[in-house]
Amino acid sequence: MTDRRPIDQSRPRDNGRPAGSVAWRDSITALGSRMDSYYGRPIVKEPVWQPEIPVYFWTGGIAGASSVLHGVARLTGNETLARRALYIGAAADVVSPLLLISDLGRPERFLNMLRVFKVTSPMSVGSWILFISGGASSTAAVLELAGKLRPVKWAAELVSFLAGPPLATYTGALVANTSIPVWSEARDELPWLFGASAAACAGAAAAIATPISEAGPARRAAVGGSLAALALTEVMERRLGFVGEVYKKEQAGRYGRIAKAATGAGAGLVAWRGTRSRVAAAVGGALVLAGELALRWSVFRAGFQSARDPRYTVIPQKTRLSAQKGATP
Amino acid sequence: MTAVAQPTGAPAAWPDSYGEEAKPRMGFFTDTTVCIGCKACEVACKEWNLIPEDGLVWTGESYDNTSHLDANSWRHVAFIEQQKPLKLDGDVASIDAAPLRWLMESDVCKHCTHAGCLDVCPTGALFRTEFGTVVVQQDICNGCGYCVPACPFGVLDKRHLPRSADDAPLSLPLLGKKEDGRVWKCTLCYDRLKGGHEPACAKACPTDSIQFGELDELRERADARLAKLETEGWNGPRLYGRDESDGVGGFGAFFLLLDEPEVYGLPPDPVVPTAHLPRLWASTALAAAAVFAGLAAAFLGGGE
Repeated sequence: MTDRRPIDQSRPRDNGRPAGSVAWRDSITALGSRMDSYYGRPIVKEPVWQPEIPVYFWTGGIAGASSVLHGVARLTGNETLARRALYIGAAADVVSPLLLISDLGRPERFLNMLRVFKVTSPMSVGSWILFISGGASSTAAVLELAGKLRPVKWAAELVSFLAGPPLATYTGALVANTSIPVWSEARDELPWLFGASAAACAGAAAAIATPISEAGPARRAAVGGSLAALALTEVMERRLGFVGEVYKKEQAGRYGRIAKAATGAGAGLVAWRGTRSRVAAAVGGALVLAGELALRWSVFRAGFQSARDPRYTVIPQKTRLSAQKGATP
Repeated sequence: MTAVAQPTGAPAAWPDSYGEEAKPRMGFFTDTTVCIGCKACEVACKEWNLIPEDGLVWTGESYDNTSHLDANSWRHVAFIEQQKPLKLDGDVASIDAAPLRWLMESDVCKHCTHAGCLDVCPTGALFRTEFGTVVVQQDICNGCGYCVPACPFGVLDKRHLPRSADDAPLSLPLLGKKEDGRVWKCTLCYDRLKGGHEPACAKACPTDSIQFGELDELRERADARLAKLETEGWNGPRLYGRDESDGVGGFGAFFLLLDEPEVYGLPPDPVVPTAHLPRLWASTALAAAAVFAGLAAAFLGGGE
């Protein structure tokens, strides 16, 4: 690789990295021909999102799936689990908007998110879902603690129960609905992966917080969700093909491996000793939570990595074009 | 889902939403074959739009020290040095008998027919003007950054420079940040268009490489220009973004190039992300149902 360094690297450009530092000048063989690029520079922009966003994907998932766990526990008469899941979900629902507001370039304008409702924007739809879910679950949690206004509490519980599943999955649609190659090309898997990850996290958190005798459904959710997330990660990476190689590199690769190891170990521990030892259930649950946070981080960084290298933008598009040309001679 | 990409050459809900105030769709035809790389467009754009300076560097990449479009560069002249003949009939510029050509292209926001940035903007800050162009309302944008990765061309970017002195004071100081934090891009000089003037870059361009006008007329002009270049035996002329059947429904600002788009740092087959959204929403709803079903199934074994 022949780097051509800029003469003045000391002064950062507005994008926060020295201009010319992306001096990737190799040409590669693709589709039997040379791929050209403009000095190896990216074509699509890397996201400008900060670490708050993947952490929100995680907390939002916990909030959404915990609301479901809480609702079903209430319906089946498992009051202990229902109450713990309600508090966990409400806490995650309160943290989530704070993370999102903190990421905004103009945090004081956060209410502009509720200025319109646009079905073409998963972020707009998601803002409304989070607004409704957060309002409902925190109301329900406060009323549960206070033991007052029963009918209002039930109504709030029902609303958060209904808002839970979309809150757990829409974040997958949010990142897939971009021009970032590794996210866009995984649009069939990401909502499912994020949903499975959310279920695993909600189960794990509830398994930590609930006595063993009441925590059976939480443990099964943690183990089942973890297995589904591990399987879906594998499916996604395989179906991504060439673009999927970013999941083997740099932070996406490193945190992807951590995610698999921690989630697998945690789910195994919960399944093996979780019915007998509260400590095992807690350690296993914590491992699952950590593993799923690492998964969100891996997916997040993979987006940046795939945006930075123009090959991931150009080669799938050229492949598509040549396939179209082949179809219509 | 009216604003989801339609298989048409007209932007969603435009110009109907403007009623009697609707104007013909305006745009740019950037003919790179006559670009001389003077960067007058970059300078005129910066001056007219009061875009702040964002650092000076030498990249070593031909005459290009701007490198890409971003929040503080709304025109960007690309320079490509190639060992390819300019014409196919042997009439070539050459050094040591090797063919050599120097391509220059003034890049700009494409003002797509189906604009991904506009579709994903959750605040409505991005909107379609009466001229069919796509503009960010700076008093609405809250810097969520969703449009940045949504754009297939990497045009939009967040401004990380300090807030300007005449910026509105913080109504909620606790939530304030020191940087501008909003997203900026080419407005096709919306203010100049309102006053009946052409955009600053087109006004400044000394060779008419940047041509401004009604999109229909520009397309006719581009077709004629392409036919002329092909007759003259130029190497590789092609129109980029003129075709209404492409993945973004055609560009409001399109180009005549002399090589593959990726040579200029442009995507070869851009598709608006929201083209996939109906299927993506269906998949997301199914996944949500699966989360519900899976968690409900976890209760089948009872409390233990």
